[in-house]
Amino acid sequence: MTSHEFLLLAVLLSSLLPGLVIFALPESWVGVRTSLNLFGAVAKLGLVFLLLAGVYSGETYGFRLEVLPGLDLALKADALGLLFITLSAILWLFTTLYAIGYLEGAPHRSRFFGFFSLCVTATMGIAMAANLFTFFVFYELLTISTFPLVVHRGTDKAMKGGTIYLAYTLIGGTALLAGIVWLHHLLGQTEFAHAGIASALGQEYAGQLKIIFLLLIAGVGVKAAIVPLHGWLPQAMVAPAPVSALLHAVAVVKAGAFGIVRIVYEVYGVEFAHSLGLLLPLAIFAAVTIVWGSFRALFQDDLKKRLAFSTVSQVSYIALGIAMFGPIGTIGGLVHLVHQGVMKITLFFCAGNYAETLGIHKVSEMDGAGRRMPLTTLAFSIGALGMMGAPLTAGAVSKAWLSDGAASAGMDWAIWVLWTSSLLNAAYFLPILWRAWFRPAPVTWPEEHIPKRGWRETSLLLLLPPVVTAAATLAAGIFADAEVTPLAWAKLIAEREYIAAPLH
Amino acid sequence: MIDPLVWLILLPLAWATLAFLLGPGRGAWLAIAALLVQWCLAFVLAQKVGAGGTALTHAVGGWGAPLGIDLAVDGLSAAMLLLTQTVALPLAIYARSYFKQDPAGTWFWPLMGFLISGLNALFVSADLFNLYVTLELIGLAAVGLVAAGGGAQQLGAALRYLFAALLGSGAYLLGVALLYGAYGTVSIASLLPLVSDDAPRLVWIAGGLMVVGLMLKTALFPFHYWLPHAHGGAPAPVSALLSALVVKASFYLILRLWLGPLQPLLPTFAWLMALLGAGAIFWGSWQAIRAEKLKRLIAYSTVAQLGYLFLIFPLLAETVALKAGVMQVFAHGLAKAGMFAAAGVFIKATGHDTVAGLAGAVERMPVTLIAFGLAGMTLMGLPPSSGFLAKWQIIEAALAQGHWIIAVVALAGGLLAAVYVFRVLRQAFLLAPEGGTVAPVPRALEWSALALAVGSVVLGLRGVELMQLAGVGA
Amino acid sequence: MTTGMLFALVGVVLFAMGVAGVILIGHLLRRILAFNVMGNGAFLVLVGLAQRNGTPDPVPQAMVLTGIVVAVAATALALALVRKLHALTGQLELPEHADD
Repeated sequence: MTSHEFLLLAVLLSSLLPGLVIFALPESWVGVRTSLNLFGAVAKLGLVFLLLAGVYSGETYGFRLEVLPGLDLALKADALGLLFITLSAILWLFTTLYAIGYLEGAPHRSRFFGFFSLCVTATMGIAMAANLFTFFVFYELLTISTFPLVVHRGTDKAMKGGTIYLAYTLIGGTALLAGIVWLHHLLGQTEFAHAGIASALGQEYAGQLKIIFLLLIAGVGVKAAIVPLHGWLPQAMVAPAPVSALLHAVAVVKAGAFGIVRIVYEVYGVEFAHSLGLLLPLAIFAAVTIVWGSFRALFQDDLKKRLAFSTVSQVSYIALGIAMFGPIGTIGGLVHLVHQGVMKITLFFCAGNYAETLGIHKVSEMDGAGRRMPLTTLAFSIGALGMMGAPLTAGAVSKAWLSDGAASAGMDWAIWVLWTSSLLNAAYFLPILWRAWFRPAPVTWPEEHIPKRGWRETSLLLLLPPVVTAAATLAAGIFADAEVTPLAWAKLIAEREYIAAPLH
Repeated sequence: MIDPLVWLILLPLAWATLAFLLGPGRGAWLAIAALLVQWCLAFVLAQKVGAGGTALTHAVGGWGAPLGIDLAVDGLSAAMLLLTQTVALPLAIYARSYFKQDPAGTWFWPLMGFLISGLNALFVSADLFNLYVTLELIGLAAVGLVAAGGGAQQLGAALRYLFAALLGSGAYLLGVALLYGAYGTVSIASLLPLVSDDAPRLVWIAGGLMVVGLMLKTALFPFHYWLPHAHGGAPAPVSALLSALVVKASFYLILRLWLGPLQPLLPTFAWLMALLGAGAIFWGSWQAIRAEKLKRLIAYSTVAQLGYLFLIFPLLAETVALKAGVMQVFAHGLAKAGMFAAAGVFIKATGHDTVAGLAGAVERMPVTLIAFGLAGMTLMGLPPSSGFLAKWQIIEAALAQGHWIIAVVALAGGLLAAVYVFRVLRQAFLLAPEGGTVAPVPRALEWSALALAVGSVVLGLRGVELMQLAGVGA
Repeated sequence: MTTGMLFALVGVVLFAMGVAGVILIGHLLRRILAFNVMGNGAFLVLVGLAQRNGTPDPVPQAMVLTGIVVAVAATALALALVRKLHALTGQLELPEHADD
């Protein structure tokens, strides 16, 4: 095995092995478990940076294992995959830190962190999959490994949420499988390749290819929570906050969105998909989801549910960007994959902090929270403003590129969709901010767990992650044109993988 | 010279007899040691067949057909032998702990030996009458194992099973008699060129009798009535052996006839088989979804999973369908053995056999729950598992031959399996009821269940060699 | 019609009667007897059909001998189970299933 092959496996193993060991650890070995978790997360980050440097300088990485004759489990590291890998690896580190703080003293932590690590392993696998078969293997593994996290609390409500989650994702997985086998039957392979592989079949297969596209997109669309396949996401909110963060920002919905990118660009090829007339329906579904998610969020009093519907809306920005025919929309979609993750994880960290520190679960209980928890609320405000697309935040960058992409693709209606969504975003986020900053605090909080100590409004491990990700939200907005930003990498992908001619 | 072929039959006969004489304590160790040797023999045999690319034969005692008995091993047989020993070995380790201080275990070892011997003999037999004898040997040993518990319910289940088995092999025997009457031979190899699609009606009747008899023994829907009671009521190691291996023996024989002498006759009935298979998938899954008892649920899941095996019949024109069948036999064999073994641990620990009683199992018996979950993944056909590879190949074969309806059934079956598997897992993840205690269980039980389940998943990462083996001589 | 053919036809009739008995009769002892009738029917067919130019064929005779041994073993097992069941429940019929 060459070092290049090993590096890819090491990225998987850096979370798989600690996860398996953690399963076997007795509950009381807190120190060992925490060290293993952090060691895994840091080691993964190191390996990912090695990969980044390699891919930037033009190296190629691949790994293959023949599972059945003519069917390979194949991994690769390309620029697109690395965008997702890097995002997940960085956010995993912060989510792990946060989860350690969040679950301090809670029962069943070995089980929790074990599945947590498996979940990240599956996400890495999805990002590195070199063909649809491998993608599917890790995609289903992700479903399986997130189920125990969703039902972690073991209550009837958790079970209900978990069951709905499974029902959606397993049915989606079945559609995805049907599409993949069908495609494999037609093509004899399902490798991800520049400009796609489906075009080899030509127009006489157009009918079949359209049905396959529908199956594939429905399969990944469940995880990406595209309307009408989004019903599981608000229900899965019963999970502990770090899990919600993981589901919404790092792993599950991102896996779905990432799948859409791979399928459109590297299975069908954007031009071929355009010629089959597949992009416009995708864009319409994405647009409906964007508006519908924002609209539903308006009426949620439960803070996490409001955020969940916001996720439904925001993730479809990615799909909308992908469905715009042209490089600018592509860049907008790809960069939003990262930006949405960073912003949304900030919001979920903060929501978890409110619940864990003060017992606040509802928007109507947020009055005066800003004075009691200024840093958390500051981070929350930055995340929320980012979601609205306020200037100087990451969200503004995404929205600008998406709007330009819509204009250049001749989809002016999409600009209206984006504006409508921004207005709706403001309508459901600003009241929260107003309550938190300007309304007087109640005499007693619903359920105060963690007392204020000096400047620390809550425990350090809960405070640090949202502050860092909020700072990242600002940085990605202010320094968007620097050389090492998500935007720069998205441009690199667009240049390298989709467009022969350089940009500008 | 040691011919593994013969020793795979003789060795279990020998240890079965010795275990009878030595008693269950020492008998168990003897069985485990011998099964280890048998596994090596089966592995060597599989290597030999796989490397040679042709079938191996052995004339017992130097007497060839038509007077003597011929044994033959092709890829399919070698794969079945390998599966039998692979499943039996961990189950023997499991059973040794399970039956400690349990009078039900007294006759387990001799009966298991005869059962294994019968299975091995069946997989290498090359004539139809010898196959009848091995079928009966398996049936009688299996009935004895079901009755091992000794309760009235178990005896009732054993008797039902016995009558079903005897009816099945009776019909098979009458079919053999008619075939002999028509062609004057029972050797599969000699029959092969003789039977053609313009054969006399007598031969058609013979083929029908044989296949129907075997379907009864395989518990194909709607002949499955005896299975849930027999498999659900027996002690866990017995249920595991029966579900993983015994029903596969008669399925193997149907496949053997289908690919062999009856080839010209049967394509007419291929869709009937697939239809019954689909019926089995839906009916078995539905009953499993409704079952209140854990082992009953798993037994109905066997009914459903056997249905997949019959989906391949309309597709057998291409070898990929046969390979899909072999993969499914392996997947189900390993996973179902692991699942019954895990259920046995739950029952031993909680003292009762209900799905509802599993609440909190995730805290108390995590290893067993993981075993159950992994086995469940294989049954659902989720990747990476051998069940997934089987499903993939069935779907692809179905699409390649334009029979998309089979693909739809296979996909729907996976979803239905998810419903009953997650019914159990969900229950296990609920908070433990206050005050309930679980009895400690020996680790050997938990870990052998896990080994079987892990095996079913790991096979899903590397199926190339098995598929190559299954293709030999096909 | 040759004698052999007659044997075979009688065998088929016996087999059918036996099958009907095994399926329909509730009393276990009679059911076991019905199984034996069924088995003997099959043996008769085996011996009766296989004629070589009017002389009996020795191979099926050997097979039937084996078959009889198997049938005796099966009968013995069935009888042992029925006796145990009778000792436990005092019945000679199969118990109803606990939950169906």
